[in-house]
Amino acid sequence: MNRRDFLKNSITVIAGLAVPLSALELINPRKLLAEKPDGSRVRWAFLVDTQACVGCGFCVKACKTENEIPHETNITRTWVERYVVTKKGKTYVDSPKGARDGFTTDRIDLNEEGLQEINKDDVEKAFFVPKLCNQCENPACVQVCPVGATYQTPDGVVLVDRKHCIGCAYCIMACPYAVRSFHPEYKTAEKCTFCYHRITKGMKTACVDACPFGARKIGNLRDPDDPVTKTIMSGRIGVLKEQYGTKPQVYYIGLSKEVK
Amino acid sequence: MGSHVWRPLYIAVALIVLVLIARTFLVPEDFGVHERGYMYGMHRKGNENEWKAVTVKYRTASYCKECHADKVESLSRTPHGIINCENCHGPALNHPDDPPTLTIDRSRALCLRCHAALTTPTSGRANIVGINPDTHNPGAECSLCHDPHNPISRSHSDEQARLSQK
Repeated sequence: MNRRDFLKNSITVIAGLAVPLSALELINPRKLLAEKPDGSRVRWAFLVDTQACVGCGFCVKACKTENEIPHETNITRTWVERYVVTKKGKTYVDSPKGARDGFTTDRIDLNEEGLQEINKDDVEKAFFVPKLCNQCENPACVQVCPVGATYQTPDGVVLVDRKHCIGCAYCIMACPYAVRSFHPEYKTAEKCTFCYHRITKGMKTACVDACPFGARKIGNLRDPDDPVTKTIMSGRIGVLKEQYGTKPQVYYIGLSKEVK
Repeated sequence: MGSHVWRPLYIAVALIVLVLIARTFLVPEDFGVHERGYMYGMHRKGNENEWKAVTVKYRTASYCKECHADKVESLSRTPHGIINCENCHGPALNHPDDPPTLTIDRSRALCLRCHAALTTPTSGRANIVGINPDTHNPGAECSLCHDPHNPISRSHSDEQARLSQK
């Protein structure tokens, strides 16, 4: 090893050692539980149990009605995905109309490629995954808004100001979870609000109330006695696309590696 | 320096002043950096209340119970007791004032949301009684034979009737 290589390698090692462990940590719900200096006593978080979901789509229907999303359009604030993994390791995903009418057939809806029949004996596992806005602690969609139309409330919900939104759709592109869409009537960015009008009145979101199987739950991360908080703090949960650093606040029970 | 240097500068200054004056009128007073800081909290504060003011449509079973306590109670003792009333009866809004009657969804499609048999071995769906919609009395309304408020007893008695005929 010559002197140049020695110096190079030493600098790399020192730089590597200098990175604090906390910088490598992706998500830690305990940090959100600790009260922040802004004094907010509420931080909303969501818990989805993918084992319990049966793909009935009542949540999607209720959400569309509650939040006045035109029933016939394909946009929806929440949707349910079906994952079918075959024994050969191929994964099929579909969500016809966002599962507004539930899943009533075994055929997989591949959009323009038509319906895919899968032999029952080839199915290794098949399950449903409800999706909605993750109300990230570091929302990428908010950072990119050029006009201050989208923002995060003190209790952690990301909202869109329809009067200020210019409809540039930059936020729709920025969201790694594709939860934002374009409202066909208001011509503004549209997204899940955790039913802000309900949770701030002490109610649960429309999707939580509509779910017969308890697959969806909402809770306050700053309340240590909240059953949802207790489950999240147990650590036996997962989040979507953790590597993006957005710190999503929708936690999943029974997440599978095929789910993206 | 000649005035030809200063003149464009005056115009530029005038434009800046004009923009600043226009801004005081056009930007709402409550627009600014709020709790979540510059990166996440710059917004019009009043918009939070606009979102809070959205009408609640689904009032949940606790609201239905105020008048229909008997129905809510009897339903809660059946397997369908986990389903919120409004999933089939529609959002209550301000019922009975507005709307005076609710539209009940009796369609086959509603029942099939849960009771169409699917190959989903690793989900809760596998534990629900399912039928093949193409072969199980196609076109018939489910409530002709099944009582949605008491799914067990009716199907059970049907089963017994069918057995006694044999």
